[in-house]
Amino acid sequence: MRFSIILFGMVQALRLVARLYPKFRDRLKERNLIAQFKLQDNSEGRWVQIENGKVRSRKGIHEKPDFSVIFKNKAIAEEFLTPPFDQLVRIDAAKNFKLLVEGSDELAVWFMTTLNEMQRVRWKGGTPVGNGVVRYTNGTNGGPVFVYVKDGKILRITPVEFDDEDAPSWTIKARGKEFTPPRHTTLAAHGLCQKSMVYSKNRILHPMKRVDFDPNGERNIQNRGKSEFVRISWDEALDIVVSEIKRSKAHGPGAVLVTHGSHHQWGNLGHYLSAFNRFWNLIGCSKLHNNPDSWEGWYWGAMHHWGNSLRLGTPEFYGTVEDCLKDAELMVFWSSDPDASYGYEGTIRREWAKELGIPMVHIDPFLNHTAAHLGGKWISPKPGTDSALAQALCYVWITEDLYDKEFIEKRTTGFGEWKAYILGETDGTPKTPEWQEAETRVPAREARALARQWGRKKTYLGAGGWGCGLGGAGRGPMGVQWARMMTILGAMQGFGRAGVNFGNLQFGAPLDFSFYFPGYAEGSMSGELAYSANAANNYQRMPHVVTMNSSRQNIPKIRLPEAIMEGRAAGYLTDVSSVRGQFLRYGYPAPGHAKIQMMYKYGSPNFGTMVDSNRWVKMYQSENLPFVVNQSIWWEGETPFADVILPACTVFERWDIGEYYNVGAGYVHHMFSMVNHRVVSLQHKCIEPLGESKSDYDIFLAVAERLGLGAMYSEGGNTELDWCKRVFDSSDLAKHTTWKKFLKKGYFVVPADPENARAPTASRWYYEGRKKDTPEPYPLPADYVGEFGEGLQTTSGKFEFLPETLSQIDDPARPPLNHYQKSYENAEADPDLADFPLQLLTPHTRYPFHIMGDDEGCTLQDIREHRVRVNGHAYLVARVNRKDAEARGVKDDDLIRLWNHRGSVVCAAQLTDRLRSGVVSACTGSAQYRPAGEPGNSTDLGGCVNMLNPKKTITEQASGMAPNTSLIQFEKWTGVDTWQRSEAA
Amino acid sequence: MAKKWNMVVDIARCDNCRNCFLATKDEHIGNEFPGYSAPQPESGHSWVDVKRHERGQWPVVAAHFMPVMCNHCDDAPCMKAASNGAIKKRADGIVIIDPKKSKGQKDIVDACPYGAIFWNEEEQVPQAWFFDAHLLDEGWKKTRIEQACPTDVFRSLKVEDAEMRRISEEEGLQTLKPELGLKPRVHYKNMHLITHCFVAGSVVEHVDGVEECAANAEVVLSRNGNEVARAKTDLFGDFRIDQLEKNSGPYQLAVSSESSGSAATAFDLGEDSLHLGTIALGEEA
Ligand code: SF4
Ligand code: SF4
Repeated sequence: MRFSIILFGMVQALRLVARLYPKFRDRLKERNLIAQFKLQDNSEGRWVQIENGKVRSRKGIHEKPDFSVIFKNKAIAEEFLTPPFDQLVRIDAAKNFKLLVEGSDELAVWFMTTLNEMQRVRWKGGTPVGNGVVRYTNGTNGGPVFVYVKDGKILRITPVEFDDEDAPSWTIKARGKEFTPPRHTTLAAHGLCQKSMVYSKNRILHPMKRVDFDPNGERNIQNRGKSEFVRISWDEALDIVVSEIKRSKAHGPGAVLVTHGSHHQWGNLGHYLSAFNRFWNLIGCSKLHNNPDSWEGWYWGAMHHWGNSLRLGTPEFYGTVEDCLKDAELMVFWSSDPDASYGYEGTIRREWAKELGIPMVHIDPFLNHTAAHLGGKWISPKPGTDSALAQALCYVWITEDLYDKEFIEKRTTGFGEWKAYILGETDGTPKTPEWQEAETRVPAREARALARQWGRKKTYLGAGGWGCGLGGAGRGPMGVQWARMMTILGAMQGFGRAGVNFGNLQFGAPLDFSFYFPGYAEGSMSGELAYSANAANNYQRMPHVVTMNSSRQNIPKIRLPEAIMEGRAAGYLTDVSSVRGQFLRYGYPAPGHAKIQMMYKYGSPNFGTMVDSNRWVKMYQSENLPFVVNQSIWWEGETPFADVILPACTVFERWDIGEYYNVGAGYVHHMFSMVNHRVVSLQHKCIEPLGESKSDYDIFLAVAERLGLGAMYSEGGNTELDWCKRVFDSSDLAKHTTWKKFLKKGYFVVPADPENARAPTASRWYYEGRKKDTPEPYPLPADYVGEFGEGLQTTSGKFEFLPETLSQIDDPARPPLNHYQKSYENAEADPDLADFPLQLLTPHTRYPFHIMGDDEGCTLQDIREHRVRVNGHAYLVARVNRKDAEARGVKDDDLIRLWNHRGSVVCAAQLTDRLRSGVVSACTGSAQYRPAGEPGNSTDLGGCVNMLNPKKTITEQASGMAPNTSLIQFEKWTGVDTWQRSEAA
Repeated sequence: MAKKWNMVVDIARCDNCRNCFLATKDEHIGNEFPGYSAPQPESGHSWVDVKRHERGQWPVVAAHFMPVMCNHCDDAPCMKAASNGAIKKRADGIVIIDPKKSKGQKDIVDACPYGAIFWNEEEQVPQAWFFDAHLLDEGWKKTRIEQACPTDVFRSLKVEDAEMRRISEEEGLQTLKPELGLKPRVHYKNMHLITHCFVAGSVVEHVDGVEECAANAEVVLSRNGNEVARAKTDLFGDFRIDQLEKNSGPYQLAVSSESSGSAATAFDLGEDSLHLGTIALGEEA
C-alpha cells in the first residue's frame, strides 16, 4: 500500500473506532498532541492532531509537532505500516535506524499505544456466567485459577475445572489397575487465599515518602524502619526516583543496585526476569547475583558426581511416575515433603502408590505433612546427621552384597576407594549401623532393616521436597554432604533400572514435553540474552529488541549487607551451563565500577527469607546507602526501611500470561511435569488496580519515559495485553486455538502424549549404556567427553564416586571423597554454644509461598498451623517437642522466645510428638518484622526465624546459605525484651 | 420421600491442606448473599474448620485431621433457640440462619452443641456453613469445599434418607455426638482415627548377639485372656493394632516368632494411643 494512503487510512480508522467504542473515545481525550509521520527527506508526510478527543490531520510537514516518526524511505515505511504487522520487520526497523522517533517520548508512546488500542478495544475477555458475573482466569504460584468478578470486584477464586472440550487426561496402567488424574487443577493454600491478598489492608495504595526524608537536605537514613510515611503524588515520587537514578549514575556504572525476591507473582510479563530485566538493562545497574537457594547441596555438591548442571545438579525425572507405579517395590522419602509447598497435584499419585501397596519409609526429623498423610515407617535422625545413616546403608550393601555391581563396574569410577572408606580400611572406622547410631540416634537394627529392604527391592528414592532435589536436608550446613550421599545411594542401586530411580511421584507425569510455551525464566519480553534462557527459544519465537546491562557489577545475594556496610563482598558464580562455572569467584566492588548509591527494592521482603537477617535490618540504616525506593504490593516488614514507596498492583489487576508451574528452561526445565495437565492461562486483568497502584510494567514505563526510554522499553507502545498476544503468537498455542477463543475462555489444556509416544524414563538410557534419549537439551554439546549424547557430564563421562572436579579445588567441606563430617554448629565442640542445646529446623512453609500470603487480612493468618492469634497479633507457629516444652513449662499456643547470639524471635508454641526431642521446627514464612525495641538489635515479634540462622556459607567456596540445625534455646516469652545481638555471632 | 443433602467426610483422606477452610473464607469474606448470609468477618470465623489430632508418642506417631462444620441437624437445637423463625430447615435438609431475622440473636451461638455457629460482631448476626445453598440453588453441582479439596475428602450426596442410612451402614459412617440424637447430615468415615486408640511396638530379636528387627513375628493382643486382635510385624519389626477403645484398661500382648522365641507384656490403655517401645523376643516380661 502507498505511504500516503496508509497514513490517510490510519486517521480514518482512528475516527471510526472512536465513533464505535466509547472507551476509545475517552482515551483520545487523555492527551492533546501533534504527531508527525514523514519520510526522512521530508518529501512526504502527514501530521495528526488530537485535541480534546478530536482528530485533525493534514498532508505535509508540520512545523512544530510534539514528536515525529521518521522513516528512512518509502519502501521501509510501507512495509512497516502495512498490516498484518510482522514483528521482525518492526524491530528490524527500530534496531537498524530505518525508523526514528524524535520529540516527546511520553507522547510518542501514548500515541503508539493508542494505535494498538484500535485493535485491542475490540477484544473481549472472560466468560459471562449469569447474574452479571464474569468468569476470568489467572495464574498464581499456587496454580491457575478461575476468577469470578461482579461489579468490578472479585467475588471468588476457584481451581480450574475442565470441560468436555478440554484435552483428555492421561492414564497409567500399573499392576492391573488404571490411574487417571481428576479433571481439574488443584490449588495450594497460597493460591486459594489470593482474593484476600488483593483486598488485604496491607495493600499499599498510594506513593509515599518517609516524613523525615529530604532528597535535597537531611535524609535521616538512621530512621529507616522507624519513621512514618506520608502520601505523595505519583509525579513527586517519580521525580524523586528519577533524580536519584541520575544522581547515582553520575558516580559511575553500577551505582544503582536493584534487588528482588526469589519469586514474584505468577506470569511471564510481570516476572522480574521480564519487564524488570528489560527496564534495568536499559538503565544500567548492579544486580544481586542469585545463588541457587533451596538447591544448595545439589548445586554445590551432588552435581560433581554426575553433572546435570542445568538441573542444578539434581537427577532427571521423565517417566518416573509411570515407572514407579509399575515397578517400584519400596519408596523412601528422604527429607522429602512434597505436600509442603507446591500444591497437591502429586498427592493423588502418591495415594495411587499407597493403593498399590508400595511400602513407604520417611526419613525426616519431623513427621512431615506427606509422611503424616501417607503413613509408613518414620525414621527421625538427629538433624544434620543423615549422611551417617546413608553411609551405614552403603556398609550393609557392601558387606551383604546388596548393590548393583554391574552398574558400578560399567558406569562409575572410584568405587574402590569409596568401598575402602565405608569399610573403614582408610580411616579405621567402619561405617557400620552401630557407628551411625551414635551420630543419628537411629537404632542400628533399623538402619540394617532399611538397607536390606532397599537392597533387595526395587526402590524409588525421593530425595528432597520434589523427590529429585529441592530443599530439605540439602539446605543445611551438611547439605552438600547429604545431597552427595543421595547420588551415591542411587548409583549403588543402579539408578535408571526399572523401578529404581529418584522420585516421589511429584515430578515426571506423562505429559507432552515438546509443545512449546515459554516459562518465565525464558525471559519473556526482557530482551536479556545472558542471564535468562531467552536465547534458547523465546528470542527467535517472539522477536523483540535485545537489551543488555552495561554494568558488570554483581553482588552475591547472601552477602548484600556486608557489601553495603563493609564495602566489600565476594562470592562464587551460579553458572549452570557447566559444572566448573561455580568455581569462578567474583566480587564487589567490580574493578572500575561505582559503589552503591541507591537501592531499588522490588517485590517481596527478605527479612524472613535471608539468613542472619538482623544484618539486613542494619544495612538499611547504613550511611553507605543514600537512597532506597521500595516498589511493593503490600506493606510488609521490610517496606518501611525505605525513603520512597511505589505501590504496585497484583496480577489480578493487570494482564499477563503463563503456564501452570512452567518456569521455563534455565530454572527448572519442564517443571510442569509436576502437574497432571499442562494448563496455559491468560491472566486476565480481572479488576482495575486498587487505589493509585499500578502494574510493575507501567511503573517502569513511567520511569523510562522520564528518561526518554519509554518507546524503547515498551517497544513502540506495547501494553501488557499486546505482549500477551505476542507471547501467544510465539507459542504452540496459536496452532491449537485462536486468540479470540483463548481470550474468552482464558485457558488451554495441552493434550498429553499418546501412551506409545511418552518420554522415556529418566536415566534408563544411562543404565542401559545408550545415548541420552530424555527430552532435555542438557548437558551442552561441548560437555560430552565422547560422542554427543554419550555418558554423563563429568570428566570421565561416568558417575564418579570421587568427583574429579572436586579435586580441582581445595574446599575443606567438599573433599572428593564424601567422608562424614559433623555439623559445624556443634555444642559439644564449641563451649560458646553450650547455652543453646536445641537444633532449629527452618523449612519452607506450607501455607504462604515462602512469605507470599503472610499479610494482615490474608486468610492464611487464620490457619493455626501457620499463625496463632494472641492478644490481637498473629504469631508464627514454632513446632516444639512435647517433652522439651513441658520441661520449660510451655503449653500449646503459649508465646515462646527462640534465641541465640544472632537473633531472638517470638513464636507461638505448637506441642507435638512429630519431632524428636531436642529439635524445634519453625517455617520461614514471615513477611512481617516487628522489633520489640531497636530494629536489628531486639527481639522480633513478627516471626522472622531466619534471624537465628548463620550467615556462614554452606562450604567455604560456595555461595549457598546453610540454615537448618542452627543451635538455639527457647523459653516462655516474658514480654520484656532484654536480648542484645552479639557481634561475634 | 424427598431427596436431601448430606455430606460424607473421610477423615483418612484429609491432608490438612486447609483448602476447604480457605475456600469458605474466599466465598464469604466481603460477599453478601441476600437471603443466605451477611459477609463473614475478615478474621476469626471458621465455618469449616480442620481439627488437628495426634495419636501416639515419638517415634510412633500418627497425625489426623478432621474437617468440622455445621451438621445440618434434622433435630437442630439452634432452630429451637432462635426466635422469630430466624433459622429454617429447608426441604432439601439444609439449615440456614436468616441474616436479617437473626440479627442480634447472640444466644443462638451457644445453642449449637457442636460449636459450629460464629458470632459476627460487625453485622450482629450468628453465622455458620450453610452447605453453599446459594450456589446449589444457582445450579452448582458441588460445594466449594468439595471443589477445593485436592484429596476428595468430601462427597455431597442428595439422596433420600433411607438411601443415606443404607450408605452409612455400608460404609460404616458415623456422626458427631450421636448420643444427642440430633440427626446430623454430616457423616464421617474412618472416625476411629479420632475416637479410638492404637497400640504399637517394635519387636527385636538377637541374631548372633546383634540386635535385629524381628520381621514376621506374630502379635496377639488379649484382654482378660480373650484374644482381641492379631497382627504381624513388618520388616522393621513394627506392629500397630488400631481401633481400640479409649480408656479400655488392661491388655496383654504376646509376641512370638519361629526362630527367636517369644515375649509378652501387659499395659493399660488410657486416653491416648500407646507406643510400647521395643519388645525383645526370647525374654519373658
Ligand atoms: S450443627 Fe449446630 S448450627 Fe448446625 S444445625 Fe446442628 S445445631 Fe444447628
Ligand atoms: S480441603 Fe480436603 S484435605 Fe484439605 S484440609 Fe480440607 S478436607 Fe482436608
